[in-house]
Amino acid sequence: MGLERVFADGPAFVPYVAAGDPSYEESLEYVEALERGGADVIELGLPFSEPIAEGSTIQEAVVRSLEAGMTPDRYFEFVEDLDVDVPLVCMTYYNLVAQYTNDETGERGPRAFAERAAEVGIEGFVVVDLPAEEAGPLREACDEFGLDLVFIIAPTTKGDRLEQMREHVSGYVYVQARLGVTGAREDVSDQTEESLARVADWDVPKAVGFGIKTGEHAERIVAAGADGIIVGSALVDIIAAGADGEYPFTETAQRLESKARELKEGALAGAEKRAATEQSD
Amino acid sequence: MSTDKMFGEYGGQFVPESLMPAIEELTDAYERYVLDNEDGFMDEFRRRLADFGGRPLPLQHAESLSERYDTAVYLKREDLLHGGAHKLNNALGQVLLAKYMGKERIIAETGAGQHGTATAMAAAHLDMPCEIYMGETDIRRQRPNVFRMKINGAEVNPVTTGRGTLKEAISETMRDWATTVENTHYVIGSVVGPAPFPRMVRDFQAVISEEAREQVQEKAGRFPDAVLACAGGGSNTMGTFHHFVDDEGVGLYAVEAGGSSLQVDEVEGVAPNSASLSTGEEGVLHGARTKLLQDSDGQIMESHSVSAGLDYAGVGPELAHLVDEERVEAVNVDDDSALEAFHRLSQDEGIIPALESAHAFGYLEEHHDELGDVVVVNVSGRGDKDLETVLEETEKRDLDVAPDMSVLRDAAGSGGDL
Repeated sequence: MGLERVFADGPAFVPYVAAGDPSYEESLEYVEALERGGADVIELGLPFSEPIAEGSTIQEAVVRSLEAGMTPDRYFEFVEDLDVDVPLVCMTYYNLVAQYTNDETGERGPRAFAERAAEVGIEGFVVVDLPAEEAGPLREACDEFGLDLVFIIAPTTKGDRLEQMREHVSGYVYVQARLGVTGAREDVSDQTEESLARVADWDVPKAVGFGIKTGEHAERIVAAGADGIIVGSALVDIIAAGADGEYPFTETAQRLESKARELKEGALAGAEKRAATEQSD
Repeated sequence: MSTDKMFGEYGGQFVPESLMPAIEELTDAYERYVLDNEDGFMDEFRRRLADFGGRPLPLQHAESLSERYDTAVYLKREDLLHGGAHKLNNALGQVLLAKYMGKERIIAETGAGQHGTATAMAAAHLDMPCEIYMGETDIRRQRPNVFRMKINGAEVNPVTTGRGTLKEAISETMRDWATTVENTHYVIGSVVGPAPFPRMVRDFQAVISEEAREQVQEKAGRFPDAVLACAGGGSNTMGTFHHFVDDEGVGLYAVEAGGSSLQVDEVEGVAPNSASLSTGEEGVLHGARTKLLQDSDGQIMESHSVSAGLDYAGVGPELAHLVDEERVEAVNVDDDSALEAFHRLSQDEGIIPALESAHAFGYLEEHHDELGDVVVVNVSGRGDKDLETVLEETEKRDLDVAPDMSVLRDAAGSGGDL
């Protein structure tokens, strides 16, 4: 049973942070704080030097993490060092997957990457610049090692492409709530409901991301039919402020935990609202 | 229909999902308008290249260089294209295509500023709003081009991430496109990026070799033994080579920027060169699998060249393929050699070349004995934009061929404006 299980008992809260931001040790604490705050799955970013789909918040997180020495090998050690029980999903860009080399066997590429990821306990991947057309080798490797491969559905994804992704996706589908790059926003996109409607009959759970900032956003998105919410920039903003010295390290962890709780509670409230609406129908 | 996404094992479409529908739409438009000349697109493109761009451009016999090397040297004068570089061939083609596709806005990245100025000119010519992304390092070293873009009515958006050069500008333009994809066309500046860009840009640039192949037969009475073009992303390179690829006796030389050294600093993530064909490893960047300057983990290196237009960690996937197939030879010359060649062509032929193009002449100087009796060199652009850089870089060096600059120093010393 893959990542689907996480969504079975109510709406899932899926936070994203870049591993090693702003340092290895602090980042371990931050990820653990997110679990305490109610995270159901954690998308843990493996930073790539050219993050073309990210807004400024996550671009800067990537720079902080890389400057603190994060590499794919360190990342896998990081996952081993983490003391969390919730499933972890590795979010990255394809060149790091393609170049990954198993030092013992010399094998390079998606299979070596997936093998190592499975070994440290990662359960799935989101590879931002890997559309379904190019995903064959990684999909095979995921099947071999029992990992899920999550795809992102954009507001512009329609027709044949949607069908193609439906065939390849497992774990959950990442519904991108709006066009553009990642980043926290002040409002919920009108495109959310329309995007959810396009995947309504899919078997996998639907998690909505891009732009979610508050518990109220989370509530509205789950009420609109999402099985989970993905939140990155609003959490990374807290880490960034901490890294800038606005508050001490322990407070950063506390703030992350309470932001996580706000988002999780928002999601739960959204689920109740949806149940009430469905009953009255 | 030749719309294969790959060149051997290179190419493909590695982009975020939000861009995929736009890329499918572009593929369809490329097939219909460019390959099938639907609605007379290619006829209009050719007409505008002639009337607005000034084509066809001469293949000039270079008398001094021919004597110097005891070889018949011919210059393909892309520096005479409107705007001063080959870039307009592609920019005009893509802005016109965007019009045919019903797009309302143009965005583009630029490194040296040549693609940005060409796109700004084409957008002004065809009445399309235009925004250009440019790294702030490049803005500093290419100020005249920034001013030209503004004069043509384009917005210039500085990119402050990374080292502020072409690589960052491409990433930032892709971010804009991911947001505005429904009404905006991204005019990519080289034979890079996801399919169909590498083929489409090559097709727009192939007019260079289409003309040169005819012209060299007229002037030399035969095919050349060697064709030389500088290579950064590779658009002038592929344009200059394309119609010669099937002529087996013609040697094709892609001259890369060797910078100050071919060694890389893995710890700092810096390659003091831009020689991705000569020294790069296969990887995925900006939508394509190609040869890249990267560290052993797959993080992209910061490249360096004295010439901003060659300063890129990747290269077009078709060029990478042709190098693997041993149809194109990847060679390189360093910053010093390019600077010397810049001064030599200026003095001996009265042509001030772009620093990018000067690399091809640096290679000609070093290897003319091995290139045969008839050589074609592409002068991809003119050097006016590089004068500030050349002045600075020449001051730092002791180059035999450089002019005496003391008159400028004296003028500066007495309150003149250098």
